[in-house]
Amino acid sequence: MKKLLLATAALALSTGFAMADAHGKTIRMGTEGAYPPYNFLNDAGEVDGFEREVGDELCARAELTCEWVTNEWDSIIPNLTSGNYDTIIAGMSITDAREEVIDFTQNYFPPAASAYAAKSADADIAGGVVAAQTSTIQAGHVAESGATLLEFATYDETVAAVNNGEADAVFADKDALAPTVEESAGALMFVGDDVPLGGGIGLGLRESDTELKDKFNAAIQSMKDDGSLNKLIIKWFGEGAKTF
Amino acid sequence: MGHFVIFACTDPQTLSGLSWLTCYLTTGKHLAFYGAFGTVLLLLAVTAPAAMAFGFGGAMAARSRILPLSWLGRGYIAIVRGVPDIAFFLFFVIALDQGIEYLRHKIKCPDWDEPLRQGSDFIVCQAAKMPLGNSPQWIHEAYGFSLAVLTFAIVFGAFSANVLYGAMRAVPHAQLETAEAYGMSPRQTFWRVLVPQMWVYALPGLGNLWMVLIKATPLLFLLGVEDIVYWARELGGAKTPRFTDFPHPDWRMWYFLALLVFYLCFTRVSEIVLDRIMRRLTRGQATAGGEAQRKALT
Repeated sequence: MKKLLLATAALALSTGFAMADAHGKTIRMGTEGAYPPYNFLNDAGEVDGFEREVGDELCARAELTCEWVTNEWDSIIPNLTSGNYDTIIAGMSITDAREEVIDFTQNYFPPAASAYAAKSADADIAGGVVAAQTSTIQAGHVAESGATLLEFATYDETVAAVNNGEADAVFADKDALAPTVEESAGALMFVGDDVPLGGGIGLGLRESDTELKDKFNAAIQSMKDDGSLNKLIIKWFGEGAKTF
Repeated sequence: MGHFVIFACTDPQTLSGLSWLTCYLTTGKHLAFYGAFGTVLLLLAVTAPAAMAFGFGGAMAARSRILPLSWLGRGYIAIVRGVPDIAFFLFFVIALDQGIEYLRHKIKCPDWDEPLRQGSDFIVCQAAKMPLGNSPQWIHEAYGFSLAVLTFAIVFGAFSANVLYGAMRAVPHAQLETAEAYGMSPRQTFWRVLVPQMWVYALPGLGNLWMVLIKATPLLFLLGVEDIVYWARELGGAKTPRFTDFPHPDWRMWYFLALLVFYLCFTRVSEIVLDRIMRRLTRGQATAGGEAQRKALT
């Protein structure tokens, strides 16, 4: 009798552990919370935006329990690889350089254009001072373009730099700039041509997390197939936004 | 009925002036900002005694007669004082976190066969995660905060060790010789004669350290703890009406001004308290300050 009890206890324990590893785990979604409309903190201090809605829907479809955490953009990749959270869902474009360090799911946002915004139409975007957020594809592009790159830790600060004259123009995702330009009441305008950069936006994952990647890939595919992803893109980025 | 203006914060576009400001300053985000002041004060309250403990231990080790222990104390002081704070903060928190997870992994998952480092990933089994992957967010935050406190304590402990070491040597040697002549053991001499008298020599240096510690709290932000600087930057940034009920232009200057006032008030209060402690400690001491007090009394 005693042996039987022990055996059941051991069995219960071991299945318990197995469950904990596969299902009991909460997936921690790492985001920046400072890049509207992709992700930002709303008035209540919670993560909100396009990626919040997409992420919650993906977790529901993949039957995962998810939790949102914010992290500085600068250290967002190192903190993923060291395991502080399990995904990066922060408007991060899929690039070859990042692929060397982390993995990406298929994109949940199509390859989008980046654009320059400035205070006047004749701003010198080829040889002047251009602000961009640190470690973004836009910063890389400006550095190669011949203009003087002025880097900032957050998107907010890049726009502020143009407003106070520190930079001639800001270079960022067009979809992030669009509401800023719209609300500025003519103070800011788009300058020059749009520049297509990157391979769209995907969820960043540790290279070793292949199971999680498969789950998210399947969930993204199902959202693409039934059109719900396009609906969210239009809701947050307007009718003119590029969809799948 | 009096002329009470009744308003609700549900529709801020209709509000103006003071009622708008009242609603604006009580959003969930602002409450988090106010809470962050508590985080900073808590950090100081926990770090100061912890750093003193490290400092006392370091100073005792440095002046120990046992050579390896003395080397350990001196090495601790020299290394931590010599490395830039920021480098130490970034390195130590990651190293400490991975070290703890590594130990837990060895104990909890002995039959794990995959390598711990796969490329740039650091992977331990789920049971060894610190904190556990399924624990609520507040535990993650408390863990991050504890790592921050420990790091602060180690860094500032080295500085206070140096101050205490100097203060212990500043106690007049004749005092210690007299104690020995009375037949006190080295341990008794240390605790009954040296330690009570050294504080007056240590306090100016320790007070200085306390001021530096207050000013160093924004480093919390580097360690991923959402402190007042993080929230001031987040709240002050320009907000467009699409993403908030309370749009406003770039107000970072005002938020940082509020932080400046907070830090100034806090350091002023500290100065007053430190002055009082100094007056208390100099009483009856064979120092210039003690002498002045005696003269004032007679």
